[in-house]
Amino acid sequence: MKTRHKKLILIGVAVIGLGVVATLVLNAFRSNLVFFFTPTQVVKGEAPLDRAFRVGGLVENGSLRREPDGVTAHFRITDTAQTIPVTYKGLLPDLFKEGKGVVAQGRLNNSEFVADQVLAKHDENYMPPEAASALEKAQKTQKTLVLPQEGK
Amino acid sequence: MINRFNKYRYASPATFYHFAGRLIPWFYGAAALFCVAGLYIGLFLAPTDFQQSEAYRIIFIHVPAAWMSMFIYVVMACWAALGLAFNTRMSFMMASALAPTGAMLTFVSLWTGALWGKPTWGAWWVWDARLTSELILFFLYLGFMALQSAIDDPRRADRAGALIALVGVVNVPIIYFSVRWWNTLHQGASVSMTKAPSMASIMLVGMLVMALAAWMYTIAAALSRARCIILERERNAQWVAQMLEADA
Repeated sequence: MKTRHKKLILIGVAVIGLGVVATLVLNAFRSNLVFFFTPTQVVKGEAPLDRAFRVGGLVENGSLRREPDGVTAHFRITDTAQTIPVTYKGLLPDLFKEGKGVVAQGRLNNSEFVADQVLAKHDENYMPPEAASALEKAQKTQKTLVLPQEGK
Repeated sequence: MINRFNKYRYASPATFYHFAGRLIPWFYGAAALFCVAGLYIGLFLAPTDFQQSEAYRIIFIHVPAAWMSMFIYVVMACWAALGLAFNTRMSFMMASALAPTGAMLTFVSLWTGALWGKPTWGAWWVWDARLTSELILFFLYLGFMALQSAIDDPRRADRAGALIALVGVVNVPIIYFSVRWWNTLHQGASVSMTKAPSMASIMLVGMLVMALAAWMYTIAAALSRARCIILERERNAQWVAQMLEADA
């Protein structure tokens, strides 16, 4: 084997070794790398209750309620399994909508999450409005078909 | 000498210099063409988005820049590895030539992302895994360039820079997969090899044409910069003197 081929293999092995090290380190810091906790994780007690953290999920449909002062909002964040009630005083981002993704930062106070920042998390789907409304209609018809089975 | 084997022909700076000189105008031309076509599709033909309305149009700049910023780093690391293994001068020169373009595109993707993040998310910047790892990529590019220019002996500068390039390459998969491995505020990939793209096709076409423009621009810019580096490093070589005489 020529020296330069040995060198190339050595470099390859070194880079792979570094990759393994990086994987192990990132795995060890896994809990610090998540940007937000899901409501299920919060209910299970995986979120740090003694300091501020972020909760992420969907804004539950029909849960948004604004107080008369105009700046305080109440809503529930859900991951369809668990929900967490949130209180937030301030301006909500433009993309904040019921049924859409949201990430709230704050503390848990007697099972209610008091947020000091609310960010909209939107998904990776891009389509024209007409396509979106057609899709929504299709989903609604599907839901009405499924509803009787759920016994509601 | 170096021209003994034909496969190493373009590893000779003299051959490369003239070859690159002929290619550059074509790549700049293609870049301009794709850029105009891509922006026309993106800004005039593509419809508005159902959630973000017009703000989503940032993707025609942001996504190609972000893709390219990661890809250039991988290419740079490959040149660095080749240079270290085969001791070819041209490989190191190509690595140095790519770095500033990579840094520029990384900055563009961070900056456009911030401009988009404020109206969409409600924050200019968040420390989520995707944004943070892309910022680290920016620092890696800057570190590579700073280290190279801090060492006077070009051979030692090349080797030191190559080391940064190779160590930093582990960051690229972290950037790419960050949205899948961890909860991030940044949305997941709309376009990937494993599933059908989750965006309207005309939007996708605009984005891909802009990505082609970024490719062409990167190649042209890197080749031009490589030519400058060659002239600087080979200023005492005979072929440079001959060429300058012929030009005069």
